[in-house]
Amino acid sequence: MKKIPNNRAWFLVLPVFVTVAFSAIIPLMTVVNYSVQDIFGPYNRVFVGTEFFEMVLQDRDLHEALQRQLLFSFWVLLIEVPLGIAIALALPVRGWLASLCLVLIALPLLIPWNVVGTIWQIFARPDIGLAGVAVNRLGIHYNYTAEPFDAWLTVLVMDVWHWTPLVALLCYAGLRAIPDAFYQAARIDGASAWAVFRYIQLPKLRGVLMIAVLLRFMDSFMIYTEPFVLTGGGPGNSTTFLSQFLTTLAVGRFDLGPAAAFSIIYFLIILLFCWIFYTVIENLGRAPR
Amino acid sequence: MEWMAWTLPTAVFFVVIALILATMTLWELASPSVPRRGFLPMATTRGDRLFIGLLGSAFINLAWLGLTDWTQWGAVVLSVLYLAGVMRWG
Repeated sequence: MKKIPNNRAWFLVLPVFVTVAFSAIIPLMTVVNYSVQDIFGPYNRVFVGTEFFEMVLQDRDLHEALQRQLLFSFWVLLIEVPLGIAIALALPVRGWLASLCLVLIALPLLIPWNVVGTIWQIFARPDIGLAGVAVNRLGIHYNYTAEPFDAWLTVLVMDVWHWTPLVALLCYAGLRAIPDAFYQAARIDGASAWAVFRYIQLPKLRGVLMIAVLLRFMDSFMIYTEPFVLTGGGPGNSTTFLSQFLTTLAVGRFDLGPAAAFSIIYFLIILLFCWIFYTVIENLGRAPR
Repeated sequence: MEWMAWTLPTAVFFVVIALILATMTLWELASPSVPRRGFLPMATTRGDRLFIGLLGSAFINLAWLGLTDWTQWGAVVLSVLYLAGVMRWG
């Protein structure tokens, strides 16, 4: 059959393009404009070139926040992905118990982020919080408001509690999509549980796992609300992540120029990681050309 | 447009980007790109290579700004060479 070239369908994309332009592209262009100017008022601004970029790039606090952010995202992925797979594997396959488990697991995902922060702020308090008091009673000194390590651990555990269900649900959906024929073949071959996981389930989960990794990386890299409510970035700066650093700069100090320069750098880093993950997803399992 | 706080350099920058995108669209309509493999580790179309070139150029400029005291035009020249290299051999 001869294919008729017709590009008119592209006009259907126009509404999306207009919406994205209005909500993302024009604001982004404005941020670029702000990043090269010192803005004193709506009609009073001075062109400063790349000065703010230089300032932001050499800011020690920013370097530390970036390191913290990368470390946080690394730990989040390292814990949440294997844990999510393990939970998905352990869940019942069918029946009312499966439905009940899915609802229970999905509960943390339904809670607004600032409420998650508040829950954990009270839950982990060493004087009245259930977890905080219990840990201290076990003889382990724990106080997330004073000890940087404890604060870190609390933010990390909170994120694991909040977001591992997402990974688990994605993996559960991925596991259910594997046809029974694969398991039957494995039984005939006498494959062990590990072999079934390694050679059937894990390869089949590749697609959903990459989506899970992508989502968890992006969200953890842009985390703001939960640590802001839980620790406020403290003690000291120990849990100040990039987005909180940016908010302090833009809203707290009203340094719009440096904040805009920093936003662009932040955006470029996220864009780079997005592209890397996207390329990996696209090319996984594809024969080299 | 006053609220967008335009300056001449940023306007020139965005006009150049818009012109590149328009040219690429026309080029694509005239002769659709076929994915091919160059020195990059995966098969890419022209649009992919442009994206990789532009993103890389942004990081070249940032690295130049953060690590050296030399004039930024050096980074601009390096970016153009990098972009051309990726487009041709990437």
